[in-house]
Amino acid sequence: MNTNWEILVVDDEEIMRESMAAWLREDGYAVEAVASGREAIAAAKVKDYAIYFIDLKMPSGIDGIETMMEVHKIHPEACVIIITAYATVDTAISAMKEGAQEYIVKPCNPQEISMLVARIIKVKNLQRENLILRQKLAKQYNVQDILSKNPKMHQIFQLIKEISGLRSTVLLQGESGTGKELVARAIHFSGDRAGKPFIGVSCAALAETLLESELFGHEKGSFTGATSQKKGKFEMANGGTIFLDEIGDISPKLQMDLLRVLQEKKFYRVGGSEETEVDVRVIAATHRDLQTAVQEGEFRDDLYYRLNVITIQIPPLRERREDIPLLVRHFICDLSHELGRPVTDISEDALRLLIDRDWPGNVRELENAVERGIITCRGTSLTADDFQFLNTSGNGKKEWRPPCNLPLDEVERQVIIATLERTKGNVKEAAGILGIDRSTLYDRIRKYGLPR
Amino acid sequence: MIVVGLLGLGNVGPALLDTVATSVREAFTADIVRLKEGPDPRYAWDDHRGQHNSEIILRRLLAEAPPDVDRVLGVTSVDLFIPMLSFVFGQAQLNGKAAVVSSARLDPTFHGFPVNPALTAARLSREAVHELGHTLGLTHCIVRACPMSLATTIAQLDAKGPELCEGCRSVLKEKINRGLLFLSES
Repeated sequence: MNTNWEILVVDDEEIMRESMAAWLREDGYAVEAVASGREAIAAAKVKDYAIYFIDLKMPSGIDGIETMMEVHKIHPEACVIIITAYATVDTAISAMKEGAQEYIVKPCNPQEISMLVARIIKVKNLQRENLILRQKLAKQYNVQDILSKNPKMHQIFQLIKEISGLRSTVLLQGESGTGKELVARAIHFSGDRAGKPFIGVSCAALAETLLESELFGHEKGSFTGATSQKKGKFEMANGGTIFLDEIGDISPKLQMDLLRVLQEKKFYRVGGSEETEVDVRVIAATHRDLQTAVQEGEFRDDLYYRLNVITIQIPPLRERREDIPLLVRHFICDLSHELGRPVTDISEDALRLLIDRDWPGNVRELENAVERGIITCRGTSLTADDFQFLNTSGNGKKEWRPPCNLPLDEVERQVIIATLERTKGNVKEAAGILGIDRSTLYDRIRKYGLPR
Repeated sequence: MIVVGLLGLGNVGPALLDTVATSVREAFTADIVRLKEGPDPRYAWDDHRGQHNSEIILRRLLAEAPPDVDRVLGVTSVDLFIPMLSFVFGQAQLNGKAAVVSSARLDPTFHGFPVNPALTAARLSREAVHELGHTLGLTHCIVRACPMSLATTIAQLDAKGPELCEGCRSVLKEKINRGLLFLSES
């Protein structure tokens, strides 16, 4: 179980280093043992060990502390345990001050060594896991993962690269399903904040008071149900990026609070009396035209100008139809693997059908359609028959005849009611069918006063 | 079949050796050969530590092991240490031939409890299986009830069962099948 981790034992007394090495080998570690500080440094140059056990007093050349310092120059994160037969408080303090993880006296208690090694290896395992996850995330959210041949999108990719290292606020505008969060993540993971948290908040999904507590946290007892202190998303994102989705839907009070954070980088927790300071990059997104909302008095102009430092307008899918074949093939590859289906291709007529549609739910709706097609597909290639549901789902371009005696809002209201009835009130499923995200659907439910 | 030569070192009761022999035979399906009793391991005494150095005992066991046994296991009642650690319950050569176990700290009287020969024998048997396991290339196991789990306390030793876990058994079987263990022709 421990064979992936290597340990170096450094002691001039052969009997000591060999007995330590033998004991650790029984635990399954790959252990090497050397007799001097110089040999230890040479070994550290060749590979990084999980743990270095270094004897404090070695007669020839450099002692344990100097060896540790040299090893730390090569591997700053190296975990060094100083061992000594002559324990004094001074040497212990000196070893710890110079960066030793632990200081142990030989002969050591076997239980102490065993627990110490287990504790360090546990941390090493977590660090390694964390690194792998970070690498995966960075890979998943870099610019190359947003597929497009469209010149406008390429301008956006260029802009993402240029602004990723800045702290400036970014405003993403675009219809639902155009990939605003993907762009936000690409900005975060391409810049120097990539190693820090990326925290996303959907402002439309929560009521005003809940959202305030969600963003800024609360103190214990600040409202009914606040049984303990809670950190808000701004604190969680400290050093990194906060992504505020559907920013156009927040209340006037929250607009004011948000303005203060953007201006002063400080805020109060709900019910709190002490200011909390954070270093957070804000990326906001909305499907609304904020400029119009400002003109109509629904959105604070000062907040708008604060948010609107860098604006990225993401085009809807119907304005970049050339991307549809590219996206469809990408979804086939990804989803057929994920769903365990043997689908690898799409016929010309099926592709034409998809290119001709307007896709009001944009890329997300297209992805849902491809997923549904893969599930019902009986061969290895998607055909037009696999997308028949598009003609009957209520938004097909050619066959569907819209009612022409109703206001637009009423049509939308009825479609949402019918979809929610069909999904028995399951908002997630209904949003998927409608090709919009959940926050947009919540927004509509509130707008039309629909029961859930 | 693994042939294990078993011997007492100094004053070790025959009943204790019988229990160890039975446990080792059952755990490894081994053939036990009782060897002539060895001398009290005074030669391994360390004045400074006030204990016996198990590495010196191991070296002697190895030098005196008969050629027709695959492994040799010494049993002693003296307290053992290795230079780096304050004590050991036993010691073995990983992938080697010799192992030694001590009943000193396994005896309840060492910890202030009443005499209990059956408990001492049970603990010694687990420790013997553990150390012999090391000579057969097994490293520490994460299954607490497996004799190959690491025990640095009596409580950990008492949590072990007599039989190797399925994982250790399959590793051992694989080693035997692939000829990775040094065994005699018998």
